[in-house]
Amino acid sequence: MTAVVARLRTFVLPLVSVLLGLAAGAVAVLLAGTNPADAYLALFQGSFTNNNAFTETLVATIPYIFLGLSVSVGFRAGLFNIGGAGQLFLGGIFAGFVGYRLTGVPGVLHITLALLAGMLGGFLWGAIPGLLKARFGAHEVITTIMLNYIAALLTDFLVNKGPLSDPHTASPQTPAMLPTARLPIIVPDSRLHFGLLLAILAVPVVWFLLERTTIGFRIRAVGLNAGAARAAGISVGWTMVTVMGISGALAGVAGAVQVLGVSGVLTPSLSSGVAFDAIAVALLGGSNPFGVLPAAFLFGALKSGASFMQLQTQVSADLISIVQAAVIVFVAAPLMVRWLFRLRATPAAPVSITEGGLGQTPPREGVA
Amino acid sequence: MAGIQAWLANADLVGLAAATLVAATPLVLAALGGVMSERSGVVNIALEGIMLTSAFAGFAIAFAAHNLALGLLAAILSGMLIAALHAVLSIEFLVDQIVSGTVINILAVGVTGVFYRTLLQQGVQGPGTLPIWQIPVLSSIPIVGRVLFQNALVTYLMLVLVVVVHVVLFNTVWGLRTRACGEHPLAAETAGVNVKVVRYVNVIASGALGGLGGAYFSIQQIGQFLPSMTGGRGFIALAAMIFGKWTPIGALGASLLFACADALGARFQYLGVRVPSQFLSMLPYILTIVVVAGAMGRAVAPAAVGRPYRKS
Repeated sequence: MTAVVARLRTFVLPLVSVLLGLAAGAVAVLLAGTNPADAYLALFQGSFTNNNAFTETLVATIPYIFLGLSVSVGFRAGLFNIGGAGQLFLGGIFAGFVGYRLTGVPGVLHITLALLAGMLGGFLWGAIPGLLKARFGAHEVITTIMLNYIAALLTDFLVNKGPLSDPHTASPQTPAMLPTARLPIIVPDSRLHFGLLLAILAVPVVWFLLERTTIGFRIRAVGLNAGAARAAGISVGWTMVTVMGISGALAGVAGAVQVLGVSGVLTPSLSSGVAFDAIAVALLGGSNPFGVLPAAFLFGALKSGASFMQLQTQVSADLISIVQAAVIVFVAAPLMVRWLFRLRATPAAPVSITEGGLGQTPPREGVA
Repeated sequence: MAGIQAWLANADLVGLAAATLVAATPLVLAALGGVMSERSGVVNIALEGIMLTSAFAGFAIAFAAHNLALGLLAAILSGMLIAALHAVLSIEFLVDQIVSGTVINILAVGVTGVFYRTLLQQGVQGPGTLPIWQIPVLSSIPIVGRVLFQNALVTYLMLVLVVVVHVVLFNTVWGLRTRACGEHPLAAETAGVNVKVVRYVNVIASGALGGLGGAYFSIQQIGQFLPSMTGGRGFIALAAMIFGKWTPIGALGASLLFACADALGARFQYLGVRVPSQFLSMLPYILTIVVVAGAMGRAVAPAAVGRPYRKS
């Protein structure tokens, strides 16, 4: 019985949160003096029913799946990886470099190598904050925020008249990816590319990694109780490095598929906010890979419909940020949802993902 | 030798110092806000969103009322309002403080974007900018006068507030209570301090400081609001707070250093120095990582920062 209730709650809370989020957005639109019904109708058309709208929604969903998985993996170990944007850039740089420089390799191999390079870039960039935390106790929220800016500036340096820039154009970008490195389009006359299948495939892979492997067990053990994990002989430090690396690799793939599948070049605008939204995707999905999938789809739909809504109704595309913010609040504050609906408050544990200070925490178990 | 002299004259070091102080203004204010909040035990990564909202509110009210002073007030009040939301979420509803801060940063983009578009449709003219006030006598001191005493209101307030926050934190009972709540809330509660109240007040005060920092962007600098005009300065301020080891004076020093790196980058470009400006811009972030990793003196956060506190 309680299992059924618990199961129900994992579905009901996110759904209620999404509805409340849409309601919050509607209030903002009303206050700004426009009609929310028109706005949401246009949003729906822009996400689903217009020409190509549905495939565009799926295109927008792809990076959200990878990034949502990336944040979720961190959450499961009790780590808050806000560094998705930076890891995505490094994935884009590595994959982009392989994608335009490596010549004479057949298609499948070239794509595979470029994707692996993207994973490696993200892995390395993600492992840095893991290492800093394990070795020096540097809080990952601070280091990942800082690494985001460093990665963005590094990308700008590389492609803006830098070593990786296209000499034939004034705009800041790399040369175009070679045709052999481009992810194939899977629906004719659309931009929907093979990355969708990779993203969907990544969901069970990440689930398997977390739930059925030794490293997954270690990750969850560290997340539940680092002290107990250490007492049980798990190297907490190394686990942190690995988790952040895996999390970074997933974000790196997101960058790689955007470059190889959508833009075909690497530009400094590669990230454009998707990585921050992914925190919301992971929270909405309950840090569960299978929960990330519908959450990513919702965010993809919001994102792809927003520009049509802005065109059609003069309501700013930024409306979806209000919806997203409200959704996270309601997911992350079950106490507040209870209070809103005057439910009897059962003493619930706070939703805590990060504890401790944002600077140095006492050094954890040493690495190496 | 003559080359170096010409270069120095060209580089206009006094101008550089003045530009640095101006550019550091929002960083210092937001970093002071971070110090207030985090010393009481509440992580505040929402400063970016607070500044953005206040930049907008300050601009909108200054435009609507044709009054810059009212705009400044609106910026401060809106900063306090957004900070109060952060306080309610993280202190009352026990939302993870990082999550709550992230929510506010996303919300700020949404709210300012939606309302700005409505304003735009009414054909907004800028409300003008806060005037430069030359302090009589003091402003004619060579060098120092040019740098310190020829500024606009927000910059003067910033300099005063560094001292105020320092005194409040380290020389008043309130400051002692604040620091106690950040280090060991249970002990503070046992000694009769109301941890919740202290945290609420400090978080809302950090919103007032961040709000003033937001006003810098719209009504002191350009007299306009532009979407996302704070451009990540809230996060640099966070870095400055850490680099300054959670102290007001340290935050001032770190903000000046970071602002100077940026101002140098811009100057290097037109002086033809071949250092890519991106690497200079990276400096604040790299230094912050170095400091939180403990390689340049330790930066130790208040012990209880980030932990929700519940009376048992």
